[in-house]
Amino acid sequence: MAGISQKLIIIFFAEVSRNVWPRNVWRRADFWRRADVSRAVLGVAYGLLLVFSVGFAYGDEPTVKSVVRKDAKRVTLPKQVEKIDLSMSANWSEFGIKPSPVEDDLKWCRRVFLDVVGRIPSFEEFSEFAKDKAADKRFSLVNRLINEDRYTEEYANNWSSVWTNVLIGRNGGMENRSLTNREGMQKYLRDCFARNKPYNDMVLELVTASGATKPGVEGFNGATNFLAMKVNEEDGTQATAAVSRIFLGLQVQCTQCHNHPFNQWKQQKFWEFNAFFRQTRALRKFVPGSVNRDVDHVELINEDFSGKGSNTEKAEIYYSLRNGLTKVAYPVFLDGTEIGKSGYVSQVNRRDELGKLMMESPFLDKAIVNRMWAHFLGYGFTKPIDDLGPHNPTTQPQLFDELAKDFRNTSYDLKQLIVWITMSQPYQVSSRITKDNSSDEPSLGDTPKFSHFYTRQMGAEQLYQSLSVATQANRKGSLEEQHRQREEWMKQFVIAFGTDEGDETTTFNGSIPQSLMLFNGDLIKEAISLETGSWLHGLAQAKSSPTDKIQHLFIAGLGRRPKPEEVSVAQQILVKRKNEVGGMLQDMWWAILNSNEFIFNH
Amino acid sequence: MWSRFAPPSGMNRRHFMSHMAGAGALLGSSMSLGHSLRVHADTLKKNRKSCVMLWMGGGPSSMDIWDLKPGTDNGGPFKAISTSGDMQICEHMPLMAKQMHHMSIVRSMSTREADHNRGRYYMHTGYVPDANVDYPSYGAVMSHELMAQRSGLEIPPFVSVGGASEGPGFLGMAWAPFNVSSTGRIRNMEAKLEGERLAQRRFALETIENSFIAQKRGTVLEDHRKVLGKTFDLLTSAQMEAFNVEKEPDAEKEKYGKNGFGQGCLLARRLVEAGVPFVEVDLGGWDNHQRIFQTLENDRLPTLDKAMSALVGDLSQRGLLEDTAIVWMGEFARTPRINAEGGRDHWARAWSVVVGGAGIQGGKAVGATNEDGTQVVTEPYSSEDLMASVCHGLGISLETTFTSRNGRPMKIANSGKIIKDLFG
Repeated sequence: MAGISQKLIIIFFAEVSRNVWPRNVWRRADFWRRADVSRAVLGVAYGLLLVFSVGFAYGDEPTVKSVVRKDAKRVTLPKQVEKIDLSMSANWSEFGIKPSPVEDDLKWCRRVFLDVVGRIPSFEEFSEFAKDKAADKRFSLVNRLINEDRYTEEYANNWSSVWTNVLIGRNGGMENRSLTNREGMQKYLRDCFARNKPYNDMVLELVTASGATKPGVEGFNGATNFLAMKVNEEDGTQATAAVSRIFLGLQVQCTQCHNHPFNQWKQQKFWEFNAFFRQTRALRKFVPGSVNRDVDHVELINEDFSGKGSNTEKAEIYYSLRNGLTKVAYPVFLDGTEIGKSGYVSQVNRRDELGKLMMESPFLDKAIVNRMWAHFLGYGFTKPIDDLGPHNPTTQPQLFDELAKDFRNTSYDLKQLIVWITMSQPYQVSSRITKDNSSDEPSLGDTPKFSHFYTRQMGAEQLYQSLSVATQANRKGSLEEQHRQREEWMKQFVIAFGTDEGDETTTFNGSIPQSLMLFNGDLIKEAISLETGSWLHGLAQAKSSPTDKIQHLFIAGLGRRPKPEEVSVAQQILVKRKNEVGGMLQDMWWAILNSNEFIFNH
Repeated sequence: MWSRFAPPSGMNRRHFMSHMAGAGALLGSSMSLGHSLRVHADTLKKNRKSCVMLWMGGGPSSMDIWDLKPGTDNGGPFKAISTSGDMQICEHMPLMAKQMHHMSIVRSMSTREADHNRGRYYMHTGYVPDANVDYPSYGAVMSHELMAQRSGLEIPPFVSVGGASEGPGFLGMAWAPFNVSSTGRIRNMEAKLEGERLAQRRFALETIENSFIAQKRGTVLEDHRKVLGKTFDLLTSAQMEAFNVEKEPDAEKEKYGKNGFGQGCLLARRLVEAGVPFVEVDLGGWDNHQRIFQTLENDRLPTLDKAMSALVGDLSQRGLLEDTAIVWMGEFARTPRINAEGGRDHWARAWSVVVGGAGIQGGKAVGATNEDGTQVVTEPYSSEDLMASVCHGLGISLETTFTSRNGRPMKIANSGKIIKDLFG
């Protein structure tokens, strides 16, 4: 009964939206705020319409939503945007909350730059967006960021950083004897995102890759870096856990040793899944002439596997139950599909078979939609995002399912998924919390309702890139050299837990070490430098008035003009510094870069 | 379904408790207020409680260190030796053997979390991981409670040496661990600004910061302001000298062991002396799935033995042990059965932790495991019970409650029960 009434509500809102929402989609949130009274009237009218529309509302859904622009051209948004908005509206009504108003344009501009290309907009980009008077300027901006050549490199870098951390962690490839080549991993990922490789193809390559890990070496295949550090030790159990968790959202690592206490995964399943990785080896290739046998790179290969029973025709693995009993396992996918038992690569390439089976799994679709949703909106449909097991509750499950299916049906085009999410209402709303949605606070344990944008801290990579843009720092050296410099800087925040699984955490988390870095670190010193040729020096020397200069600082850093009290502070500092404009700008710029408004994505 | 928790509005009885002296007094809820008024500042300082946690990342094999089973199939090659306490421990811990009258072993720990991340979280918080509530860890809870005793402290109250520890959960980033390396050197501490310049910047920063907070964009912004305040304090504090472990005489450094963990323990002693309420020192490398006995004998145990015995000895000698709790533990222990590669895997069902100081009785072995080390045969204890016992030793009331926004009370240490044998 509850399900039916929920459907009716959704249909009701569908009709309201299709027929009554203001012409300008970007004002939808405002509409709901203003329309309390008229909604009551509409309610009656649409109640009647509802009766007639139930029969065809679902069967006759338009595939696109049309919006009339001021210049009378029609702009079409993908139907998924509407799908998201309807589900959100229904959910908000159910919980008696109202969304925050639409976020101010420049704040939104900053948000979408951070999430899509990994940095804040430059002064010029802010200005460009501010000048655009078109009703669909937000849609145009997203399209520019994902499609225009000038952003391709940054787009690819941003998503490569995000995925490198997902696939090999912040520490993978950073240690001397590591089997993973971080640069190789990033090179592969940059290439994927620059060419917008369909997501399923990328997963297939990462799971089935063989070849050399290091760029420039014969047989280089950067995709090998994902598994290179996870197959040799402990019978490839790390590969087992990582592949199922990252790509399928299934946490099987606990079942390595025992049946899972909370869900249906059994120990048997873990080892059957593990069996897919047992033909795979990471062969070390040493630095020629190195006395210490330093690893130069690794070759990830498939080789015949005879199993513990030394029978390659029927290569089996053993595992121990808690009571000491030993059991046998062959490769079986999580859904129960078996493959051939042979360990001969020429007969059965186990990872190729695994890749094929994964491509058919609906968990593949859900895991990526959840990950992308959380990337843009701060929380996923499940918490944590990589646990889609049956024991873990899902918020708005119907929407989640549909987005996952739609993503498969659009050939795993990540850019389309980005459009769906960034153009949806939950991504438009302000991060300001109102009295009508203050109960929507997932950081306190609530299930997220996405009625206001959840303020969150930038990542270390985003900070690094944002500072480069804001201060127009001309970083030295080749692209590779620049990446190396950034990685070197990132190192300071990583703390490893010292377990075999390479668990780690970051101190770039809003605690004191991060504040100290922002107060005194080299990166900040560089950003506020007044040396000849620096950005701040240029600004100090420009012919504009001190007030204009301060305004320039605030727009470059925060995407807004300074408030009167902030201008007043600057003036007081200027007086104290005996009219030395450079020093005043330095202090103000330091304060801006250290402020919550700068370091948070809001 | 999904319950909501707000940041706590402070622990209910904290202020009341801070005026009381001594752990014994805390037991009597009928205690008169008149007594607390007689307490002098000196007494307060004398009774200033601290806690040092020695965190053994990876899951140390307690059966090879604190609860040996020589001569059994699972026992391994190590022999048991007698100690200054009423128990035997591993032969490769000879220095600790002389300090065991200060420390007790709880041999009947029995938990369910045998995955590193889950186990680390559970042992640090007393709660199993919960997607909806982020619980505060030992360091956050205890420093939060003990701060009332030290109004002049400028150093962060929760310091984690050489490891990450666990976060402050719903207590907020102001109670996050301050992560430092065991050298005590802190990155980016050198502020070369003249005082006035720093004041100008602080003025400008606070103006921007406050106007953004006023826009109500989430509680994280308020936390950010608190952390900034603490950072400013720290930049100008003379107390930061406590981190200067390099200054210690060479003999002292040698006594603790010239390695990360040894110097970390020495740093912990300095921090406790300076009044820091909670210090965690990490020693990793206990995830011994292979070749466990070689690793323990040649590497981990000598490192542990030297540093831990020096810390216990020094604190005792300086009269600090009666107010300082020491907790030694990891996320779990290791399988009694030795695997095919000469290692032990993860085992949480029956294992040991070591505690002492701050009113916890030393020299005892509490609880027991069966002959092959697979099961606990006495009353089993949990992470909650251990945390409750440490709180009790530190004089933190177990009635202390966090109040959620919807009025739901959450007791400290997840309502764990005191391990009575630790208190005689």
